Amino acid sequence: MPESILEVEGLGIRFGGLHAVRDVTAQLPAGKITAIIGPNGAGKSTFFNLISGFYAPTSGRIRFQGEDITRLKTHQVVGRGIARTFQTTTIYRELSVLEGVMIGHRVRTRAGLWDALLRTGRERREEAESREAALRALERVGLAAQAHRPAGALTQEGQKRVGIAMALASDPRLLLLDEPAAGMNPEETVNLMGLIRELVGGGLTVALVEHKMSLVMGLADEILVLHHGQKIAQGTPGEVSRDPAVIEAYLGGHAHGGQMGQPGREGAHA
Amino acid sequence: MTRPAFKPGPLVWVALFVLAALLPLLQPGGFVLDVAINVMIWSMLAYGLNVMLGYTGQLPLAHAGFFGIGAYAVGILTLREGWNFWLAWPAAVALCALGGLLLGLVAFRTRGDAFSIFTLGVGVIIALVINKWDDLTGGNDGLNGVPPASSLLGIDFSKSANFYYVALAALALTVLVVARTRQSVFGRSLVAIRGGEDLARSAGIDVFSHKLRALMLSTAIAGLAGGVYAAYVGFLGSAVTGPTTTFTVLLYLLVGGVGTLAGPLLGTGLIYVALQFMKGLQDYQYIVFGPLLVLLVLFAPQGLAGLWNRAQMRRASARTERAVDHA
Amino acid sequence: MTILFQQLSNALALGGVYALVALGLTLVYGVMRVPNFAHGGLYMLGAYFTYAVLNGLGVPYVVALLIAAVAVALLAALLERLVFYPLRNAPHVHAMIAAIGVLFFFEAVVQRIWGADFKQIAEPIPGILNVGGVVITWQRLLVILASVLAMLGLNFFLKRTLTGATIEAMSQSREGARLVGIDVNRVGMLTFAISGALAAVAAALIAPIVSVAPSMGEVMNLKVFAIIILGGMGSVPGAIVGAFLLAFAEVFGGFYINLDFADVIGFAALVLVLAIRPQGLFRRGT
Repeated sequence: MPESILEVEGLGIRFGGLHAVRDVTAQLPAGKITAIIGPNGAGKSTFFNLISGFYAPTSGRIRFQGEDITRLKTHQVVGRGIARTFQTTTIYRELSVLEGVMIGHRVRTRAGLWDALLRTGRERREEAESREAALRALERVGLAAQAHRPAGALTQEGQKRVGIAMALASDPRLLLLDEPAAGMNPEETVNLMGLIRELVGGGLTVALVEHKMSLVMGLADEILVLHHGQKIAQGTPGEVSRDPAVIEAYLGGHAHGGQMGQPGREGAHA
Repeated sequence: MTRPAFKPGPLVWVALFVLAALLPLLQPGGFVLDVAINVMIWSMLAYGLNVMLGYTGQLPLAHAGFFGIGAYAVGILTLREGWNFWLAWPAAVALCALGGLLLGLVAFRTRGDAFSIFTLGVGVIIALVINKWDDLTGGNDGLNGVPPASSLLGIDFSKSANFYYVALAALALTVLVVARTRQSVFGRSLVAIRGGEDLARSAGIDVFSHKLRALMLSTAIAGLAGGVYAAYVGFLGSAVTGPTTTFTVLLYLLVGGVGTLAGPLLGTGLIYVALQFMKGLQDYQYIVFGPLLVLLVLFAPQGLAGLWNRAQMRRASARTERAVDHA
Repeated sequence: MTILFQQLSNALALGGVYALVALGLTLVYGVMRVPNFAHGGLYMLGAYFTYAVLNGLGVPYVVALLIAAVAVALLAALLERLVFYPLRNAPHVHAMIAAIGVLFFFEAVVQRIWGADFKQIAEPIPGILNVGGVVITWQRLLVILASVLAMLGLNFFLKRTLTGATIEAMSQSREGARLVGIDVNRVGMLTFAISGALAAVAAALIAPIVSVAPSMGEVMNLKVFAIIILGGMGSVPGAIVGAFLLAFAEVFGGFYINLDFADVIGFAALVLVLAIRPQGLFRRGT
């Protein structure tokens, strides 16, 4: 077992009476890709929201690189080196690609209102740094040529990449991707997988929530399975796919022949 | 690499202010100077509102209240306490910034609609307190005889042609401050908040602290405008500090273009000057303004400056595409 | 002791009126997510329509009240069509600004037609009722009874009729309602109409006690917004409880503290509550 970058211990959150995530203890191995899977409503996105400080957990602890980050605010968590993207393409459409990605570097800068008004050295230096960091991030996701276009003018896949670039601009050690392949065609998905591999090759740790099993099985070094907010398995893709509890969760109970990862979806359209 | 969309550069602004500075030399009638000074005062308030609505995406509705706090602070300090205007004015601005801080600490516990409604309530309270606190503000009778700005460097600012330059300098400072804010690391974070608070938060921006500082800047500018108003008009009544003033300035801002640098000045100038030609209408101006507000948000929410920018952007992006095609 | 009861009846009457106005506002917010700043304008128009119908047609008070309610309901539905429906996908700030425009338009028009000075509406049943030394005017009793009746009627409508259930369903989840096959468009319009009717009824009820003036809408607006923020925006029980809380705070605060600042007491309470519970009293935090 390689060294872990993030450990959660007994992590849980209640909304009203409902346990969205309950008593999850897990580690994310450093420098690897961990996929978090589970049927709809298993608490995957909530799990991300807890790690990134979006929600405050009602129980448990989160340690990142040995430091307890359980009670930190979101921007502090990002400052420690955890960045995330959203399920839908949530980016700044009306800004240029470059300016949107520069926002991701804000957490590494300190210039405030006075710096802005007085055009201090810090302001000018950090502005230049932000620009460089954003261009580097765009280079990594292959969008450097589009830097000055309005972000909203890019394709769906391009916008996803902008979202990833924005996260990269914060110089993270751990990148959380929430359904990165949603809405992508097979070719775009393959491109995305290539990009994720490259990022990990560069030393980044990636955790992703994803429904597309082809992507999960082809990409993940490690899979964490959640069901009803609880962890039911963790291991390599091979181990997990043979795990009886996982098979039960996906095929038993409320699955009605749905593809793995999307059981029982037809209920929503009644 | 392609150039970003056209932006009216600093040169245009410098030229505009130089031209404006020449105006009194033409020795125009008092009426022209009066309109010009009023336009400058109200557009400053619109700039203050624009920092919040245009750049941070929040609509606070207490700005006339802060305008009032700035105006009454200058009025009371110079009239009652005998302060020098040049001391009272910065003090009023600082007071408004502090007020913005206090308001933000509570108001930013709410978001979106609730924030606007809450600040509207605060605006009403400010106007009411000014109206009822007779001993301090003169209550219903108002504050009469606020002295004009005291002389500085041998210039007598009680003359309206000279005071014109005070207002002009204040407006220039406001535009400079707002322009620098927008084009900064800090300002980009405000725009990020406008684009979506949750996204900004997850991008690592301390949303609360940024909103708080933006509000302080915004209310400080309102106070700056209020100070000019007090020294210029010489009489303060509580009516001007109420929500109607906030809504009127909001209209100026919408006409000119929310979130643009030229918008506040453009919109205020246009509407204020137009109103001078419709004096008889003044009591019923909202029969026109009301539907105008509605039509603006329905059909041209970006205002005049916004329309201009959009047209420029379209041209620029067409240019880009041609360049790409040729490449 | 009698004074206490007197104040109590005042507070109940005021609370009833606040509740009717606030209910419409909270329903519109729940269903449309529109903070309708024009709501106070509808309330004000309700009072003026009642006044105009009473003086112009010489019909009985109750008939005037109903005519005003129907007229304002139609106007509110028209507003929804012309202004708020087209803005449903625009940023919230836009709908808010448009509503402000509408409010000021109403005010200016009313001022143009009827002037800025106060108008009086005669009490339909003049005189007082004396129960063991406690004096209550018939009009206050009427206000209390009629507002309770209107609230019961609304409750019945929301709980027992399909259309009402639809409104409730939508205020909980717009998407959900769409999926269940509810005509979302019609419901928005209907909700606006109901909110207008409630505001007009409230205005017609209180008009004989207070004076009718163009600015009455602005003041009421702020109060009912304070109420629904207090109660939690979109919450029906929250609006009712908030309305009576505000009324009691105003009446007793105004009596025991300072009448000048009675109008501020509500906001002071609001600031306090928000400082402690930003999501309002009756909504669970997320």
